[in-house]
Amino acid sequence: MTPFLIYVAVFVVSFYLVTKLQGAGIRDFTSLKTVTFGDESAVRPNRIAGVISIATIFLIWGIFTGSVIVPKPLHAPAPFEGTAEFTYTAQKADGATDDALVRVVVHPRETPAETAEVPAGDGFAKNDAAVVAQWRSVLIPWDKNDETTRKEGAKIVAINGQPITPGGTVDFDFGSVTLSDKGTPNFEPSRGLQMEPLYLPSPETVWTRTVKIFKEGFRNFSIWEHLGFSLYRVILGFILGAVVGIPLGYAMGLSNWFRGWFDPIVEFMRPVPPLALIPLVIIWAGIGEAGKIILLFLAALWIMAIAARSGVSGVNISKVHAAYSLGASKWQIMRHVIIPNSLPEIFTGARVAMGVCWGTVVAAELVAAEQGAGMMIMTASKFQNTDIVIMGIVLIGVIGFGIDMMMRWAERYLVPWKGKS
Amino acid sequence: MTGLSIQNLSMSFDLPSGGAVQALQDVSLDLKSGELLSVLGPSGCGKTTLLNIVAGFLAPSGGEITLNGRAVHGPSADRGMVFQKGALFEWMSVRDNISFGPRMQGQREAEYKDEVDHLLEIVGLQDFKDKAIYELSGGMQQRVALARCLANHPDVILMDEPLGALDALTREKMQSLVLKLWKETGKTIILITHSVEEALLLGERLLVMAPRPGRIHTEYRLPFADLGVEADLREVKKHPDFGVKREEILSMIWDMEEEIMGRSGDSK
Repeated sequence: MTPFLIYVAVFVVSFYLVTKLQGAGIRDFTSLKTVTFGDESAVRPNRIAGVISIATIFLIWGIFTGSVIVPKPLHAPAPFEGTAEFTYTAQKADGATDDALVRVVVHPRETPAETAEVPAGDGFAKNDAAVVAQWRSVLIPWDKNDETTRKEGAKIVAINGQPITPGGTVDFDFGSVTLSDKGTPNFEPSRGLQMEPLYLPSPETVWTRTVKIFKEGFRNFSIWEHLGFSLYRVILGFILGAVVGIPLGYAMGLSNWFRGWFDPIVEFMRPVPPLALIPLVIIWAGIGEAGKIILLFLAALWIMAIAARSGVSGVNISKVHAAYSLGASKWQIMRHVIIPNSLPEIFTGARVAMGVCWGTVVAAELVAAEQGAGMMIMTASKFQNTDIVIMGIVLIGVIGFGIDMMMRWAERYLVPWKGKS
Repeated sequence: MTGLSIQNLSMSFDLPSGGAVQALQDVSLDLKSGELLSVLGPSGCGKTTLLNIVAGFLAPSGGEITLNGRAVHGPSADRGMVFQKGALFEWMSVRDNISFGPRMQGQREAEYKDEVDHLLEIVGLQDFKDKAIYELSGGMQQRVALARCLANHPDVILMDEPLGALDALTREKMQSLVLKLWKETGKTIILITHSVEEALLLGERLLVMAPRPGRIHTEYRLPFADLGVEADLREVKKHPDFGVKREEILSMIWDMEEEIMGRSGDSK
């Protein structure tokens, strides 16, 4: 809840600050438009908002993980670390009471600590010592060293002077003590408001782990091999899908028989998510490389076939008529009119197909793989290496974005007439 | 025998909903080599159908077309087509569009280069020869379409409302260009248009067609195209006969339109 409120606050405050400061600066044509609500062309992404947006994510990430990238005063309250002390008041069966001290060493999970030294103390209740990691809790076996035990009717009646009954809780600075149903105090050091690194490691942890993985690799393969394997599968699967799908799409766009024959198959297979094919592909082709290539081939095939088909049907009939009237043969019309005319559609299809293939390969590697981006994050998650999981997700996102950018660039370069006729 | 001959052409087809359409009925027409025929008529009179049959994109259900004595079956390089818009190849430069026909016939660049350069000059696009199609204005694109058609040396040029998508000023300039090209090349041209003025200005012969079924209604022989080759088209429009003919044809077409409206009104 708190992170969300901070996020909203930053959003609102920066909106007012930036628009107020920036307002007078821009004097282009769009700034003179009075109707901007509803005019999509007047909506331009505010670059400063973009920068603040990314910075805010890191800010909140840093605040709630106690990161070094955020100045210390801004950190959310950290979990307690050090030596916590509290007293309990034990009562014997005959009604006599005595206080004893409990000293608990609270340490970060990564650095083990020794149990605190504590003098035995006086009275029938003796002092106790314990050790516990942050975000964990510890039962204090208070009566083990005392001169009386629970079996003889002794019980704890107060913690730090506050009366308590089984099931009750007493809070204090270091954390809280809950009395179990059997009367044993359970000490839980204060959690603060930060996330446990197991769930969300700090940005610098992810960064150092990334550097380390880039240097040393992960599970017998370098990071480049993991990412390269995923990319290789995507590219091979996509190329196979395109090599089969594009001619199929052309045939469907040019012949009644092909259209009739393949329409039911293509229309049925298109809405089947490639992920739903994983079990069948594993049964047929096993979990090896072949299975993944087949899966990606199927993911790309229908998309490319449909793109090529609509590329053919999208040709202005005047172009085809004109070409016939200029004396072109069927093959020449295919080569000089239909294929170039369908390229924009095919590029759109290729972009979609590459995106789908990239998503599918990661999912396929989650299921079973020796190497690959998906395998990396799945294995890391099994070993609770959340930092590797986050790193992997970021890398997968970066590569997916990169693929899309490259396809767009190729499109601008190869089909400059797209959307301009 | 040279020229285009259309004999008793008819065209009818079944509708998927049942019933049949008689798109053309008994259309006969002889066009000598080098004649310019403009075709007018209300929508639905079958003028585009007629053009598509002559081009070979549609097969007639009756009648025969011969060009220079040979029967016409299917599209061929002897009948060039100029469309209203969208028929240029956006993936080729202006020059490659114009040389498309010769290239498809297997000519080498050396063989067609002079011709293409000459055509670029005639249509006034020599400075735009390496531009992409989408960089040209609508008028320039139609100039490319004309030049592309001429580069292929067709016997007949079929124009389907070639100037219909242009603004009024560009349209006037292009009308002069069409006349100039007609005179220079001596091609047989069939031009379909919606504009009565354009039909009068460009048509050496003018055909008014009537709808339902599509048929020839009236034919004119006009002097204005020959006048327009020499003079400014605006001067031609001031010719006393021009206004008279325009009113005559306009009221003819109006009557047809009203007949259609009345007929469809009855059937409701």
